[in-house]
Amino acid sequence: MIDWLVEPLSHPFNQRALLAALLIGCTNGYASAFVVLKKSALKVGSLSHALLPGIAVAILVAGLHDWSAFLGSLFAALLIGLGSLAVSRGSRLDHDSALAILYTAAFSGGIILLRRLGVTQQMEEWLFGNIMGLRNGDLWTNFWISFGALGTLTALHRPLLMTLFDAEVAATLGVPVRALNYLLLAVLIVVLISSLQAVGCMLALGLLVTPAATVYLLTDSTNALFWGGSLLGGLAAVFAVFAGWWLNIEQGPAIVLVLGAVFLLAFIFSPKYGLLAGAHRKGK
Amino acid sequence: MVLPTHDSCAHCGHHHELQVENLRVCYRNLEALQDVSFSTSCGACVALIGPNGAGKSTLLKAVAGLLPVTSGGILWRGTRVAKWSREIAYLPQRENVDWQFPITVSGVVRTGRYPQAGWWRPFSENDDSAIARAIAAMGLAELGDRQISELSGGQQQRVFLARALAQEAHVLLLDEPFAGLDRNAKASLAVTLRHLSEEGRLVIASHHDMDSVRDIYDEVLLLRRKMVAFGPVSEVFNDALLAKTFDEQDEAGKEVA
Repeated sequence: MIDWLVEPLSHPFNQRALLAALLIGCTNGYASAFVVLKKSALKVGSLSHALLPGIAVAILVAGLHDWSAFLGSLFAALLIGLGSLAVSRGSRLDHDSALAILYTAAFSGGIILLRRLGVTQQMEEWLFGNIMGLRNGDLWTNFWISFGALGTLTALHRPLLMTLFDAEVAATLGVPVRALNYLLLAVLIVVLISSLQAVGCMLALGLLVTPAATVYLLTDSTNALFWGGSLLGGLAAVFAVFAGWWLNIEQGPAIVLVLGAVFLLAFIFSPKYGLLAGAHRKGK
Repeated sequence: MVLPTHDSCAHCGHHHELQVENLRVCYRNLEALQDVSFSTSCGACVALIGPNGAGKSTLLKAVAGLLPVTSGGILWRGTRVAKWSREIAYLPQRENVDWQFPITVSGVVRTGRYPQAGWWRPFSENDDSAIARAIAAMGLAELGDRQISELSGGQQQRVFLARALAQEAHVLLLDEPFAGLDRNAKASLAVTLRHLSEEGRLVIASHHDMDSVRDIYDEVLLLRRKMVAFGPVSEVFNDALLAKTFDEQDEAGKEVA
């Protein structure tokens, strides 16, 4: 039994993958509470797709470095996020539609560009992730992102929660609502980028929604949502890396699949908000 | 003795005034509210009455500092109301609240102490006792750990009142507090609002039910995008002025939500 745990740990790439899974899982899980409370899963999903064209342009301009992909994706997500706001404010179109137009157009451009740049192998990784391919430098990037994101979100816990619960009342209590909304979006984008190499931009959304969404079905406590989401994200990611090693399946999709399975369990069996509990109440 | 901050004015024997002078509020090019001038003070219970789109919510939000004032002024205790003030509490319409939010009754009331506690400082004994007093005053002591969707409409309204009490607000601005409540809850909320104003708070609420105005309020502000009239219930709340406020013939222009 213990061999099951020890054997994968003897490979350095597995050690790195596990550490990354823990960092990314916990950070995304914590941040996912904000996505769920903000009800902005689709917006975040759109932004995750905006990362890819950013990488493509960054490679075109600066070549393939550790930092070019990071900075390119950050810039693209900010550009598309703010651009969609500008389009929706400057026309009669709603924000979701504006976002959908911009990110699909950019994503298409990104795919075409990446194929011309001869980085087809890496493209697969950016789309679906390759947690085994992480280097020490990537781990450090992840560590600093987690540190910064968790630090910011924890420090601004009170005003952020006020804003998410009722932005107008928060404003009457002196909370700078608009600035906090932009800051939250920026933090979520950075967290998305941190999971890019592990699960890819197509699946990053799963890590940044499912953990807290699952806990949301199990608790009425806001704190439990954050720390439970973080715990679930970390545990699921670590478990999936082990499972992926032993069952020989891709770790990135495995992480998101494990999270999906746990969500399904909560959806059915949650003692208060589950399907069975609901059926039981109706039966009474 | 004048305390720099205190909970209710009645015990101190002085009156704090809310003055609104020539208030005008525009959304982009749409004039939502104009020519609103009145003054009232702590201890009063004021009804905002007018048809839908008359600017009742706009007026409440302007006083709360949520909307930029196009011209005119709002003065509280002689100074212009800034973007926000701890002494002014705004209670949203119940339908605008996310009741599924994972927060308990005491959790909501606690947020009323954030202006005092700031973003980081842990809650002091003073904060905790203010929260406990507010919860007890609104009769929610048994319900502190309930998630907010598990309450009745009247209880939900009282949770937000309790937050305003924990905030130690002098001015309570309520948007349609009676909407969607059953008869008993309405009667009980009416008693609560009377009590709060008798404690020396200024209660301003938009109100729809004409039959209960005389029982609850001291003063009435009739509104139809302009102020139609303001004064004590006995002077202003009459058929002639109500007709002027609600009459279909009168040009009210486009509705503003």
